[in-house]
Amino acid sequence: MSSIEERVKKIVAEQLGVKEEDVKPEASFVEDLGADSLDTVELVMALEEEFETEIPDEEAEKITTVQLAIDYIKENLG
Amino acid sequence: MVSPLGNTVDDTWSAVLAGTSGAAPIETFDVSAFSTRFAATVKNFDPTPYMPAKEARKMDVFLQFGMVAGIQAIEDSGLEVSIDDAPRIGACIGSGMGGIQAIEDNAMLIAEKGPRRVSPFFVPGAIINMVAGNLSIKYGLKGPNLSTTTACTTGTHAIGLGMRTIQYGDADVMVCGGAEMVTTPVGLGGFCAARALSTRNDDPQAASRPWDRDRDGFVLGEGAGVLVLEEYERAKARGAKIYAELSGFGMSGDAHHMTSPPEDGAGAALSMQNALNDAGLAADAIQYINAHGTSTPLGDKAEIQAVHSIFGSAADKIAVSSTKSMTGHLLGAAGAIEAIFSVLALRDQVGPPTINLDNPDEACNNINLVPLEAQQMAIDAALSNSFGFGGTNGSLIFKRA
Repeated sequence: MSSIEERVKKIVAEQLGVKEEDVKPEASFVEDLGADSLDTVELVMALEEEFETEIPDEEAEKITTVQLAIDYIKENLG
Repeated sequence: MVSPLGNTVDDTWSAVLAGTSGAAPIETFDVSAFSTRFAATVKNFDPTPYMPAKEARKMDVFLQFGMVAGIQAIEDSGLEVSIDDAPRIGACIGSGMGGIQAIEDNAMLIAEKGPRRVSPFFVPGAIINMVAGNLSIKYGLKGPNLSTTTACTTGTHAIGLGMRTIQYGDADVMVCGGAEMVTTPVGLGGFCAARALSTRNDDPQAASRPWDRDRDGFVLGEGAGVLVLEEYERAKARGAKIYAELSGFGMSGDAHHMTSPPEDGAGAALSMQNALNDAGLAADAIQYINAHGTSTPLGDKAEIQAVHSIFGSAADKIAVSSTKSMTGHLLGAAGAIEAIFSVLALRDQVGPPTINLDNPDEACNNINLVPLEAQQMAIDAALSNSFGFGGTNGSLIFKRA
């Protein structure tokens, strides 16, 4: 089974229509990967679906980069 | 244009002149429990040459159809949107029902998984004015940005109101039309329940047969049509390719019944008369009518009554045909694709056929309904009709460029 990093990168690439190699850990969804506010909402929904979890809105707002998404999933799926 | 006969104007028009039917069994969902199991569906549609897959994913299919038709129309017009011109260029593109597929999908999601799964793109991906909105964003059109929703008259009204917007001075160019895609369980179910559709499941291509004695309802179509209206002097000055002059627009209401016209077609007649008055033309100046002609028992008869009441003895010299015999009924996009057919009839001096018209209704005997095959004919002015549920009527008159 793929690692959390790989699964997060794959979802980001699919949702934002970018190449997987451009999805670097430090990449910001809005500034580097061209997402708008609606894209980021949908991205969080896709992560919730993939990892079968619920990310509260106040936490979701803080997930602005690929690494922050990976960190959140790791911490909360323990 | 995106239609059941082709995904460009050229492909569709060739198929129309060849008398092709776009009807086929529905294969996109299980139709076994529906009384009608076929439609005139769009085939081999791919939006990605026109927009990234990521953008297309955020749009209901009707928006994708509308965007593709709009992009084709703007590219064909050679329109260039400069910073100075942008506030004078607008769009008016409607839909009868909007993003039914998106509404159904999100309703299912909410029932299965709760409100947190509703897409943030549901609303902007489903609302009716988003063809006009998305086109304006793509091309920087900063003029009036409008949409019409008048059932099956939507496309005709969008073009007419775009014309008025230019005549009134609010814009110099208006990108106008309609888009529709309701070949979904709820859309099909609704029209089946209203007993509006043909149930000729054993022979879909013969089902749309306007004015034929054996007609039994319309065939659901889908697609989009968009044209570019431009103030004449501006178009001439930039050397634009001018297909035709839009010279008259008429509207009326039946004030009669939710889904049926009055038998005498009085509302349809008033709409045609208002268009003639607007164009400053006498009835005998029209040589071709692209009829609403949906293949319903009542509607087809009422429209012919209306033609008789407006054109009187001139009716024997007019060709009246229904391209819905081939395209099916595109609802909110019907008036838009049929306006384009009327313009091309003028350009090519040809009356497109009414296919499947094997035994014309006796009420139509002295009118040339262009049965079965296209006819070469001299056309200086063409009229296009649309009538919709709620008793909403619209007529456009185009003159040869």
